[in-house]
Amino acid sequence: MRKKGSYSAIFPIILFLASCQTNPYREGERLYKNTCANCHMDQGEGLRGLIPPLRNADYLHLHREKLPCVLKYGLTDTISVNGQTYTEQMPGVPTLTEIQITNILNYINNSWGNQNAPYSLEDTRRMLEKCAR
Amino acid sequence: MKRIILILLALIALAVFFLQPEKRTLPILGNRDVSPAGDTVYHQVPDFAFIDQDSQMVTNATFASQVYVVDFFFIHCPTICPRVKKNGLRIYEKYKDDDRVALLSHSIDTRNDTVAALKRHALKLGIDTKKWHLVTGDHDAIYGIADDYFSVATEDPDAPGGFDHSGRMILVDKNRHVRSFCDGTDAEDVSRFMEDIDVLLEEQYPK
Repeated sequence: MRKKGSYSAIFPIILFLASCQTNPYREGERLYKNTCANCHMDQGEGLRGLIPPLRNADYLHLHREKLPCVLKYGLTDTISVNGQTYTEQMPGVPTLTEIQITNILNYINNSWGNQNAPYSLEDTRRMLEKCAR
Repeated sequence: MKRIILILLALIALAVFFLQPEKRTLPILGNRDVSPAGDTVYHQVPDFAFIDQDSQMVTNATFASQVYVVDFFFIHCPTICPRVKKNGLRIYEKYKDDDRVALLSHSIDTRNDTVAALKRHALKLGIDTKKWHLVTGDHDAIYGIADDYFSVATEDPDAPGGFDHSGRMILVDKNRHVRSFCDGTDAEDVSRFMEDIDVLLEEQYPK
């Protein structure tokens, strides 16, 4: 009886700890919803031939080094994602900080079927040097 | 005893009458007037003439035997337009093979959204011109008609992309009356709106 009691005390604590760790990308998700989801949509599905998907998108790992600059300064080139060509311009968000960019990229790269290497703040900082303005 | 039975029967009849599912009808929206003859005059969409992505003239006559869904957008819109378009595509797909329904999107960026640009936009969306007209036209005519659809469109250099507008979708019946609207950025509200389209179709195309 006593044993059962101690279990029931431990169980909520485990649940609590687990709930803290279910979403390591919470900040990235919040930022994504505010800055990216209007076009790339909540599940990263994009919009037909207009806006490329981020879900299961080969572009993400093929252009890993470029992504921080894309977020900050946008994209004007024609790009190819999963074999489809996209020509629409993407506006950048120059107000994003290095930490915010890192958080967004880690969220995107680990959501909707994407499983790409994480970005450290150092990675983002180094990659942004290439497009410093 | 007979009286009690009669009263009971009357009550049952009343209950049946009132519990019957009422057939829903959509109101006619907008200001109404009374004509000199005493008839109610409802708000109507005025005459318009715009050009669509296939360089075809689109007027009221285009929708003479159709109900149609209206919205306002611009191609390089960085904010709400993609969401509205996504929900517009839901409507488009649902009524793809139903000639009673059409869609009409007005570009409010009359400088940049040329017929050629609208054509490219339509191709990228994979939409059929006859079903979904993307139109441009005289700047003042477009901004003016937004009012008649109870929608907002203004040029605002401070707004993202340079224009401010509501993401509303508006449902117009065969008689140029506005019958329903929704927030085109809100998927749930659009679902409700699509039910309204069905209600209107039932009213305007009795079997």
